[in-house]
Order: sequence, then structure tokens, then C-alpha cells
Amino acid sequence: MKFTLSWLKDHLDTDAPVEKIADTLTHIGLEVESVHDKAKDLAPFTVAYVVSAEKHPNADKLRVCIVDTGKEKLQVVCGAPNARAGMKGVFAHAGTTIPGTGVELKKSAIRGVESNGMLCSEREMGLSQEHDGIIELPDDAPIGKPFAEVLGTNDPLIEIKLTPNRPDCTGVRGVARDLAAANLGRLKPDAAIKIVPRFKNPIAIGLHFDDAAKNACPVFAGRMVKGVKNGPSPAWLQQRLKAVGLRPISALVDITNLISLDRARPLHVYDADKLKGEIHARLAKKGESVLALDGKTYELDAEMCVIADDNGVLGLGGVMGGETTGVTETTTNVFIESAYFDPVRTARTGRELGINSDARYRFERGVDPEYVTEGLDLATKLVMDLCGGEPSDLTVAGRAPDTKRDVTFDPGLVEKLCGLKIHAGEAMTILDRLGFRAVVGTRVAVPSWRPDVHGPADLVEEVVRIAGLDKIPSTPLPRPSTVPLPVLTPMQKRVRAAKRTLASRGMTEAMTWSFVAKAQAELFGGVPEALLLANPISADLDAMRPSVLPGLLAAAGRNAARGQKDLGLFEVGPQFTGPEPGEQLTAASGIRVGSGPRNWGKQPWNADVFQAKADVMAILEACGVAPDSAQVTADAPAWYHPGRSGALRLGPKNVLAYFGELHPRVLAAYDLTGPIAAFEVMLETLPAQKAKPTKTKSKLELSEYQAVERDFAFVIDAKVPATDVIKAAATADRALIESVTVFDVYEGQGVDPGKKSIAISVRLQPKDRTLTEAEIEAAMSKIKGAVAKATGATLRA
Amino acid sequence: MRVQTREAIRSCKMQDLSKLENEALARIADAGDEAALEAARVDLLGKKGSISEALKTLGTMTPDERKAKGPIINGMRDRVTAALAARKGALGDVALEAKLKAERVDVTLPVRPEMQGRIHPVSQILDEATAIFADMGFAIAEGPDIETDDNNFTKLNIPPEHPARQMHDTFYLKAKADGTRHLLRTHTSPVQVRTMLAQKPPIRIIVPGRVYRMDSDQTHTPMFHQIEGLVIDENSHMGHLKWILEEFCRALFEVPKVEMRFRPSHFPFTEPSAEVDIRCDRSGGEVKLGQGNDWLEILGCGMVHPKVIEMCGHDPAKYQGFAWGMGLDRLAMLKYGAPDLRAFFEGDMRWLKHYGFAALDMPSLAGGLSR
Repeated sequence: MKFTLSWLKDHLDTDAPVEKIADTLTHIGLEVESVHDKAKDLAPFTVAYVVSAEKHPNADKLRVCIVDTGKEKLQVVCGAPNARAGMKGVFAHAGTTIPGTGVELKKSAIRGVESNGMLCSEREMGLSQEHDGIIELPDDAPIGKPFAEVLGTNDPLIEIKLTPNRPDCTGVRGVARDLAAANLGRLKPDAAIKIVPRFKNPIAIGLHFDDAAKNACPVFAGRMVKGVKNGPSPAWLQQRLKAVGLRPISALVDITNLISLDRARPLHVYDADKLKGEIHARLAKKGESVLALDGKTYELDAEMCVIADDNGVLGLGGVMGGETTGVTETTTNVFIESAYFDPVRTARTGRELGINSDARYRFERGVDPEYVTEGLDLATKLVMDLCGGEPSDLTVAGRAPDTKRDVTFDPGLVEKLCGLKIHAGEAMTILDRLGFRAVVGTRVAVPSWRPDVHGPADLVEEVVRIAGLDKIPSTPLPRPSTVPLPVLTPMQKRVRAAKRTLASRGMTEAMTWSFVAKAQAELFGGVPEALLLANPISADLDAMRPSVLPGLLAAAGRNAARGQKDLGLFEVGPQFTGPEPGEQLTAASGIRVGSGPRNWGKQPWNADVFQAKADVMAILEACGVAPDSAQVTADAPAWYHPGRSGALRLGPKNVLAYFGELHPRVLAAYDLTGPIAAFEVMLETLPAQKAKPTKTKSKLELSEYQAVERDFAFVIDAKVPATDVIKAAATADRALIESVTVFDVYEGQGVDPGKKSIAISVRLQPKDRTLTEAEIEAAMSKIKGAVAKATGATLRA
Repeated sequence: MRVQTREAIRSCKMQDLSKLENEALARIADAGDEAALEAARVDLLGKKGSISEALKTLGTMTPDERKAKGPIINGMRDRVTAALAARKGALGDVALEAKLKAERVDVTLPVRPEMQGRIHPVSQILDEATAIFADMGFAIAEGPDIETDDNNFTKLNIPPEHPARQMHDTFYLKAKADGTRHLLRTHTSPVQVRTMLAQKPPIRIIVPGRVYRMDSDQTHTPMFHQIEGLVIDENSHMGHLKWILEEFCRALFEVPKVEMRFRPSHFPFTEPSAEVDIRCDRSGGEVKLGQGNDWLEILGCGMVHPKVIEMCGHDPAKYQGFAWGMGLDRLAMLKYGAPDLRAFFEGDMRWLKHYGFAALDMPSLAGGLSR
């Protein structure tokens, strides 16, 4: 919403400077986006008199002028053909920045003759593209006077950002009313307008809706003015519209635009001679179309409100008029429409057709229903003033919606809700200036132009925003009287633990979109139709991700393209399992590519399945889950390398994590070369930690007796998992065996095909005595027996 | 020879013993390596060594002779033994010295690289905000990314066709068979609804999370993070809200004071509503807090609309409170000077390394939120 200071002052009696006005607007909720003061740009420029203009001694096209600036007489070299003695022009001193070019003017010598300034063209002033000569000012322009004053642009332009609840402030008068309430001046009274009809309106008006759609246009008023002379509107009106960025068209159209901006009351004017039969509002019929004022043809649907006559659709109610019945230079009889269009339907129509018009902007916010005929009268008066003609009587179809209501105002509520003590009288004054009227007791009537006010809290807002939010004292919130208790839920702690753990293991946290391309989702198990977006921002972000990995791989691809191939990236975020709210899991997922930066020593890691498994184990450990408690199986999903991946589960259904090298086909889709180690830990599936009554750790028992380590090399079927050997060995004598570690795995020469050798070291820790050779022998043979029984292993020769 | 020696010693004069000792010590001193020294030891103190022979003569002496010569010969043995040990130590030192010299490395070589991990600035700023609000007694509530229209809009006093719905530029999932369609939450406020529906006041929560809007330019991305707060009880008012926000900004930005400006605004779910700007200096292309004459909008807030309290199952005549919402990414941008929001979601290692945080940089109020 834009307006100029002088326009505002049409409605507001104030001496406040523009800075103060802008500041107040922001403080009462009409946020100022910009104040553009053209006068400031033009301030250095003054009226000057050209005393003499002689030909330049060294150039045919230049003149050497003596210019009287009112303060001094200066020599100026000028190239304009119209520079001559006796004229008045716009003078710029050396050192001034020229608005049209942005260049600072310097004192200089032009072809050997000193020049102390410049006489400016319109283009140089930023006024137009005119550059054939310098500006010629009227003879009565006072020498030395600021050019801005002579030009009449001493009028700052203010632009405010309106919140959608304030339709009243889509008109300058509404803004003025708010400023008056904030004590920045007095709202000028509105002169009553009385139109004396000279003939009966020959144009019938109708509303044709069935009951369900009746509110589309509850009232439609119109009047004819005959014998008008349309043409360019007067300079003041053109200037006013131009100042806010509107193109003047003709007096009749400009009047409607003026009233729309001034009073938040959109109107429409028709060439009455082009109308046929009754003009009426109705819903469009499927298949109808209209050529609108913007020159485009719109296809209509049956939900749109249109204005029509016997010839068909004339315009879109509340959105845009039509081309065929618009006024022209030759219009002599004009029909003025003033109606109320339903905000919701207007918004929908505008949205569907993609039309953003000044009318839609106002109707969809809700125009003042009680200003329908007053606005029409004001328009009639202006038409008669500017274009002549005689008015008909007023025809009104329907009735303006009755929005009369009153609301309880409780001054105490201001303090209760806002902590601001305000005197009841002061609060009532504010409400009164905003147009709220005391009814009875604590009830106040809401003005018809405020559709946003419905309850006591709304009135509190009105009072507080005008009184000033800055007056609310900052009040400490009562705090817990104890040391604050922990607030994180177990899940929130897991998320934190996973992130910090992975970062401490050399991985870098990324955050990627929750949506991916459908084709990418397919690589990771795909998503049901219900997890596709109906309106994705782009086709490659159309599916809710079933895994966090695609985003990370895409990021790895971008990094690789920049030459950074070795990396570890992780993300802890949602992956979606179904379309209903809550059907999502928090995955701590990561990828490792390469082996870390090349260096003279050892590489930091290998992007292999065991690296991924180690990352998973570290997360589990950090989340309080003993890694040994989960079962490792070799059945990761299809996006993993089938031979080099696994799952970690608790029971057959509860998968805690997947890990492994990614499938080469997946990598190819991202233009990546492997191996890439990846893992996904579904944090919700981890078992809950048991609540413990105390934080005491279990008693530490250290044996004083010497531990014994013994190595075994078993040969087993290559398909037997190592974990079977370890488990069998570890459970051969639970009391004695402290740990089992694998220190070598070998397949190849010296081991039969289809077999592998696995070497383990078993640590025996007696608790109450030193082991004898015989006891050690006995334990070893138990271990051999147990492993052989469980896996069919033989001792390697 | 040996018999001669023994004879010589037995009969010898003190000068001869002295000569024997000098020769022995010279031999030890001349031993250039451990082998030569060992040979010397055998020749001197071995079973048939010269010193050992001298010691043997003591047995053949008369008590008087022994008394006179015993201390001399034993003293000689002790000195030779000590000389052997000293020489052995010296030879060992030389050998070790030489070995260590040979083991010299180039210490100017760079260290073996350890992969330095980083925490994303949004995670970091969330942990910072959590530390501040936990201290004020706020719990952290979360909710799903896919939401119902009801929770995201209707229960927040944004009925269907309300113009505010357009302002939100909502992403919708494909419509279900019954025509309803879920959406990606456009703000974290549905978690207010979920919390109020599930729990009786008093309520003090902050809600961090991903939110989604159809927007994309340098300062807008289709996904970003919000953090909002909700306080519902019987007395909390806008003055408290002001205090919380002032304290939060002061603590988060780690400056003595953040000057704030509360501007009236409009949100369907709060009444009265305000937007909050903080004073900053924007000259020179970067934002500096706590100085200058520019204002930067950082959040929206207000008293929870009575209709929202009512729709969430509580009596608005009894309960009141406030809510605020701000961009978590924007806070990180402001505090850490990251200029481009889009970069937050690019996963560019260079950016993450620069703007990210070490794993052990865990924010705490006691130690300061950031290093």
C-alpha cells in the first residue's frame, strides 16, 4: 500500500514531519517498508537565471553562460541548444550528485573554459528520458528557490506492508484514522455528499444467485451519469496516481482508481451505451470466458462471480472489469458500479485465474459493507466535477451484509493479557478515535470497516498497539525454584548422542531436504503414491524420502564434482514410512567415501562394511544399547552390496540398523564410484534404557590371579559365520572365559577350497586361584569341543 | 706362566701389584666395544684371570702376610670390577646414542590426518537454545513433519479459505480416497495444538523442527527450521513474553544487551500479535548486532488466541499464555554470519567445515554457549 504525504494530509490534520509519521506507522502495526523522498534527491538543485550565453571560443556547439544562482554569478559551459540569455533553468553546483546519472558533478575546464556547475535536463533530474535540451522553468520561478518546490514534488512517498486483517488501511483514510488514534493529528471530517438525481436510472440491476451462493454478491448499487465528457484527468489527479505508480488512463477510470486507493472502495465504470438489458451479478457458467481489462481472455468456472448483461459476461466481480464495456474517450453516458463481493470467493477467483488486481486486494480482505452507496456518491460527484454530466437516481439490488456487532471491553484485560496498566478513559479514547462506539455498559460497537475485530482480546490489541507495545514493561517469568530438571526426552538424548558421536568419529553433519525425486526414492525401496507431493516445488523433489541416504549421496556427488571425493557425511533426520502424521522414523544415517585424505602415513579409514558396522556400534553404545545384545544378520535391503552388508536386529521384526557397502547400481545413479560405506540406524527402534533408581555403577571385581591367553586356529566351512565360532568359544566355560577375539581370518592356499581358517584368542581369567596346566588343558579342550560341535570346525594342522 | 704369576705375586713387591692394576685398568679403558670389554673381564676376573689369580694367593699366605696384602689385593679387585662396570655403562651409552641418532625422523612432516567431524550449525544453535530454555523450565516438544490440515491450520484459527493459508504456500500430499489431504507442516505450531490437546496447563515448551513452504531464493528454502515457544498458565502475559525474548537473545547472541523493538502485527493464532526486530548495523553487507540504526525482524509472537485455547480443549477464561516462533536457521545465520540460507542444505564440505562445530563443542550455560 503506497501513498504520498500530501495525500495523507488530505485526511489527517497534522504538522508531524514524515519521519515521525513513518515511525508511528510502524509502531502501530502499519509497518513502513520505505519512505521515498524525491524532494531529497532534488534538494541541491535550485532555480537559476541565465544572464548571458556566449559561443564557446573553442567549440561551435558549446555556450559559455553566466548564471545567477541568487547567491552568486557563476560561469557554466553548456552544450544544450536551448541555453540562452534570459531563460530560467535548473542549476547544479559542482559536488552535487546528479540523480539521473548517479555521477558526482565536478568543477572542470571544458575545452579550456572553466565550468562551475551545470544546467540540467529532465533526464539528468531523473524526471523523464527527455535530454534534447535543458529544463526551461517559467519566468516567474523565483531565482534561488529549490527546484523541488517549483516542480511540486515536495511530497514523500510512503509504502506500508499491510497485514491481511486490515482492509480499512487499503485506503489512505483508514491509515489517517489510525494515525489520528495514535495522537499524530486529527482526522479531518468527511463532507457529506448529496447527489440530486436528474433522471431515473434506465439500467436495471439484478442479483441472480441461488441460496447457496447468495453471499457471493449480496449488494449491487449503480447509477448512470449522462452527458459526460471523458478525457485525460486533471494534472492533480494524474500526479496523485503517478506518484503511487499508477498509470493515468482517463478521467472516468482515474476517478475509480482514486477512490479505491483513497477509501478502500473499488468501483467500476461501464460505457452505459454498450450495456444491453439488465446488468446483473451471477455465478459464471462452465465454458464461459471473458476478455478482461488486462487484454487477456480468462476461462471461467461455475464458482466464479461475474457481472453480466444480455450479451453475456462483462467482468469478474471483485477482480477485474471487462474490455468490451469499458469507458473510452468517446464515452458520453457512464454507468458506475459499487458492489460488495464475498472475500473468500473473490480470493479464490483471483487465485484460480492468477489475477492480482487492486480490486481483488481489497475485496478479498473485506471492504466496508456500509460504504457501498457512499462510495458511489463520492464517485458520482467527482465524475460530475471533472467530466460534467447529470446523475440518475440510485439503483440498489440486494442489501449490504449486516456486520453490526458489539464486543465487551474490559480495561482490566489489557493488564491481564499484556501487563500494561492503562487508564480506562485513555483506552476508551483510543477505541473511540478508531471508530469504536460505546454502546451500553462495557459493550462497544465495532465499526463496519473492521471485519477483523470479534472479541475482547481484539480490543485489547487495538488499545495496546495504539498505546504502544514498547510501553509494556518487561517482566521476569517466574522460574523454577529448584535447579532446573533435565528436560530432554530419551529420543532427544539419542538424537544428540548420535550426532556428537558421529562427529567425534570424523563424520560431518549435513542437513538435506526431506523430499527427493521419486526415481531416487525407488532406489531406496520406493514410496507409496500417498507419499508423493501434490504440488512439489520441482519435479526432482516430489517424494517424501524413504531413507536419508539419497540426500547424502547427492551431496557427496556435488562434493566429488568439486574435487572432494573423500568424505564422511551423516544426517540425523526423518525418513517416512507412511502418509499419516507420525509415520516417520528418525534415522541416524551416514556415508563414508574413500579413505580420508591421502597422506604419508596410514589412511584414516576404509569405506568398507566394517567401518559402517563400527559406526553403527558406536551409535548404539552412545544410546545406551549394548552392541552385543543385538543380532547381526546378513540381510540388508537391496540398496546395499548383497555380500557386504548386514542388519542389526532385536528379534526377527525389530531392525535397529542396516550397514554395509552400497550397491554399485545405486552409486551409478549418483555418478559416484565406490566403495561407499553406509549405515542407517533407526533411533526409535532402539530398546529403551531401563530406568535405574540410582546412578551407582555395579561393583567392580578385579581378579588377583594371572589370566591366561590361548590361541586356536579353526578350519570351518567358509559359509559359517564367525559369530558362531566366537559364541561357541565364549560359552564353553562362562565362569572362566573372559573374552574371545578374532585375530586372523584366512581363505586360500593351505586351506581347502570352500573352507576358511579363523584364528581366535581366548582369555581365561580365574577368580580364586592360579590355573594349573591341567586346568588350562581342560579348558582348551572344552573350547575345541564346543566350537567343533557348533560349527564343525577342526583345528588347523 | 700362571704359576709364575702366582709365584711372582706371592713374592712380589707392592710395585708389581700396582703395575698389574694399572695394566688392568688400561686394558679396560682401551676396550672399544662390549666384546673387547668382555674379553678383558675374562682375562682379569675370569676363573683364571690375573686378578683372580692374585686373589688365590691369599689362601697360601701366612696370617701376617694375608693381613698385610689382603686389603691391597681385594682393593685392587674392587677397583677393577668398578672400572669394568663403569666402562660397560659408558659403552652402552655410546651405543644407545648412536642407535637413537640413526632413528632420527623429519619432525616437520605434517601429522597423520584424523578426520575432523563437524556438527551442523543448526544442530549447534538448537543445542544452544535448548540450554537457555531448559534453564527457564521449558521442555522440548516435537511433532510429525506430515500434518493434518486441522492441526496446521484450523485449530490455529486459520479456517479453510482464510487468506493466511495462501501466505503459507503449503505443500500438500496427494489427496486420499476420501478427498482429504495431509500437508507438510508450514510451521511448528501444530505441536502447540498437539501439546495442548494432550496436556493440561501449566505448559512451557519449545518446539524445534523442520517446516516446509513453497519458497526458494537466497533467503528462502522449501524446507527450513523453526523453533517456537509456548507458555500457557493462568497469568503469563506479554510482559513475560518480552522478558523471555530479551533474555533469550541476550544469552544466545552472547552480548550484554540486544535492543529489541516490538511492532504490532497480525497472526490468526495470536491476539494481540507482534513482530520483533533487533537493532543491528547492516552497513557493509554484514549484520552486526547491538549497534547501528537498522532493524532486523527475527520473530513473530503474541498472546495465544482465546479461540485456539478453546479449540485445544481448555477454558480461555481461565487459561492464557503466549507463543513465539522464529527461524532456527536464521538465528544461526545471524549469530555466526552465514549469509546464504540455501547453503545450509547443500552439504558442501567446505561450508560445513567452516560454519560447523567440533563434536566436543557442547553448548552449556556454565561454560558459555560457544567458544
